[in-house]
Amino acid sequence: MFYREAGDFKTTYVEDSQTFPIRFDRYRYYFVLLVGFAVLPFIVNDYWVNAILVPFLIYSIAAIGLNILTGYCGQVSLGTGGFMAVGAYACYKLMTAFPDISIVIHILLAGGVTAAVGTLFGLPSLRIKGFYLAVATLAAQFFLVWLFNRVPWFYNYSASGQINAPERTVFGVPVTGASVEPWAMYMICLVFVFVCGVLARNLTRGSIGREWMAIRDMDIAAEIIGVNPLRAKLTAFAVSSFFVGISGALFFSVYLGAVEVGEAFGIQKSFIVLFMIIIGGLGSIFGSFAGAAFLVVLPVVLKLIGVDLLGWPTDIVAHFQLVIVGGLIIMFLILEPHGLAQLWRVAKEKLRLWPFPH
Amino acid sequence: MKKLATYTVATMMAAAPAMADLVFPSLSYRTGPYAAGGIPFADGYADYFTLLNERDGGIGGVMTRVVECETGYNTEKGVECYESTKGEGALVYQPLSTGITYQLIPKTTADNIPMHTLGYGRTSAKNGGVFSHTFNFPANYWDGASGAINYLLEINNGDINGKKIALVYHNSAYGKEPIRTLEGLAEKHGFELLLLPVDHPGQEQKSQWLQIRRERPDNVIMYGWGVMNQVAIQEAANIRFPMENFIGIWWSGGEHDVMPAGAAADGYKALTFHNVGKDFPVFDDLQKYVVDAGKAAGAGDQVGNVLYNRGMYAAMLAAEATKEAQKIHGVADITPAMMRDGLEALEMTAERMESIGLPNFGPTFKASCENHGGDGLVGVVEWDADSKSWSLISDFKPTDADIIAPLIEEDSASYASEAGIEPRC
Repeated sequence: MFYREAGDFKTTYVEDSQTFPIRFDRYRYYFVLLVGFAVLPFIVNDYWVNAILVPFLIYSIAAIGLNILTGYCGQVSLGTGGFMAVGAYACYKLMTAFPDISIVIHILLAGGVTAAVGTLFGLPSLRIKGFYLAVATLAAQFFLVWLFNRVPWFYNYSASGQINAPERTVFGVPVTGASVEPWAMYMICLVFVFVCGVLARNLTRGSIGREWMAIRDMDIAAEIIGVNPLRAKLTAFAVSSFFVGISGALFFSVYLGAVEVGEAFGIQKSFIVLFMIIIGGLGSIFGSFAGAAFLVVLPVVLKLIGVDLLGWPTDIVAHFQLVIVGGLIIMFLILEPHGLAQLWRVAKEKLRLWPFPH
Repeated sequence: MKKLATYTVATMMAAAPAMADLVFPSLSYRTGPYAAGGIPFADGYADYFTLLNERDGGIGGVMTRVVECETGYNTEKGVECYESTKGEGALVYQPLSTGITYQLIPKTTADNIPMHTLGYGRTSAKNGGVFSHTFNFPANYWDGASGAINYLLEINNGDINGKKIALVYHNSAYGKEPIRTLEGLAEKHGFELLLLPVDHPGQEQKSQWLQIRRERPDNVIMYGWGVMNQVAIQEAANIRFPMENFIGIWWSGGEHDVMPAGAAADGYKALTFHNVGKDFPVFDDLQKYVVDAGKAAGAGDQVGNVLYNRGMYAAMLAAEATKEAQKIHGVADITPAMMRDGLEALEMTAERMESIGLPNFGPTFKASCENHGGDGLVGVVEWDADSKSWSLISDFKPTDADIIAPLIEEDSASYASEAGIEPRC
């Protein structure tokens, strides 16, 4: 009834090719932005920011990154944790080496460094596919974690091997370090998420995104119609790693503040981001957000229900959590292999016909 | 999902009664590869407060409440737990994880809540002038390293020149802590140090022990935790490394660490900063008021274990600091800021320990503004596989301050300049 194309006339090409062609969708999007930028910063507290919002935003960027590589370009990667570590350590080195330069630039540069490293590890993808590529990226994961543990230069020779984010400000407001206000932490992440989201959405809609999808669907056919696989695969690795690097840099500098590479960026990080895009939906930007929200919020909600409402012992709840997340992944793979994004798509189709489905 | 979370948060806040009680959050881990050590510690911590409630009606007439939050030894969950519990008026945090400690040092300082890291965490937090809200008495990792070397000096008549000593360590902030101290000590005493990192979670140690077999060190020191300990002791037994030359830090010295290796673990040594066994009057009270009343935390089968005792010791120090804070500020229902003062004024004397039913349980020490770390007295215990018990074979002795003090000075100074802190004293 409200959700339809009819009556929404497009008179220019720009209008015709916008991200949200349906008016209702567009307003919903503006509404979400308004709430995100203008309402939430004023009402969030420490708990909401640290336990839910900031991890959700940061994991969203990582999930978008992995989704570009795996969902759009079809290159399976298990190296996300390692690439996040590259972003974190690049950010740390830059922060401590050039303390006068804005943290925003450092985070972007950290993304750039990760893009370079990602491209390097993407080279094998030109020769190998599928499981074999997964194993090659797994090697990247272990190699990178080992490297950051092994070479003291990366952690500035600190006794503990930990890296600590010193205080840095944006427009005079601290965004890293101990005295960060929750809203500042939230805002910096939100700005990065917004920019990354818009960027990723438009990249995947454009010619380069089509190249990635052509490679994903059938690489030989893509090559025959003129897609350069070298360019397509390496750009996918570079762009994907750029996003993952930014998320790693934010994860370290804004969210945790102190990081130990094996613990924070281990193989489980790669898996959790992979679960996010599987549950959220491969090849969908919305799916990246949905998957990240799902896996960040679910444990918190389960904990609130189990421990605080029902008063169960914490270990039982923690074990249940594993069972439920595992069960949900299997359930999704069986019932809705395209993830939450597909549910959303179906809902929109239904809504378009509602209330007269025939 | 979000909506649901909002509702649950709202109902939770409505449901949580605004009682005046002393809240002691327990950032525990009963799951994951480190649960073997996390469970007894958490049980001991909770049981002691239950005992105080049941026997004395709380501390100074105010009931205590332990809020448990599962971290799984994971820093992200640790942050989540910290944020979710601090609103309840948490008096002191004891995260039982060096990684989470590093995370919480700036946060707790900014929030004006003290943190007590009993024998773990950032060693230089001993310098209370810089680390105003972090306490790590009675001993720290560097005391442990020095204590192990002192013990070796003791049994080798003061000469370990030319010996080869291997450090098998958890490849994390925790395991890396003692390296500098050991390097300094190696220079001083002329022994050779061999570093063997073991990656999280520590189940894979074949190559490290193969290297030990090849290099044949005279002694092995271990900084391990969780499943790593059991694997290491088993591997040592497999390569027939003489168990009496194998010394673990206090986190590698629980019953669950040595039991899997059975008789082969006989003679394994570990450091400690508190006494072992349940031969103390307080255990009678625990049995009577907590265990027999069915109020024991967890499965209730850990009473008297090394890590149970440590958890109880941590709780005891927190409770004593609470009494101290109540005395200083003259109010029973103290705030976290008052608790900090209580911790800083805490003095554990022999009479005090005797009066709470734990005579000679830990070393005596006195905290002050300069010293948040106690005197670093370290003892050694040995495992007897036949009787399945630990026994103290070397009493609590001082460690090498000549090496440790400058390192603490240096590390805390670098933290102070990084974080822009003016030393308070």
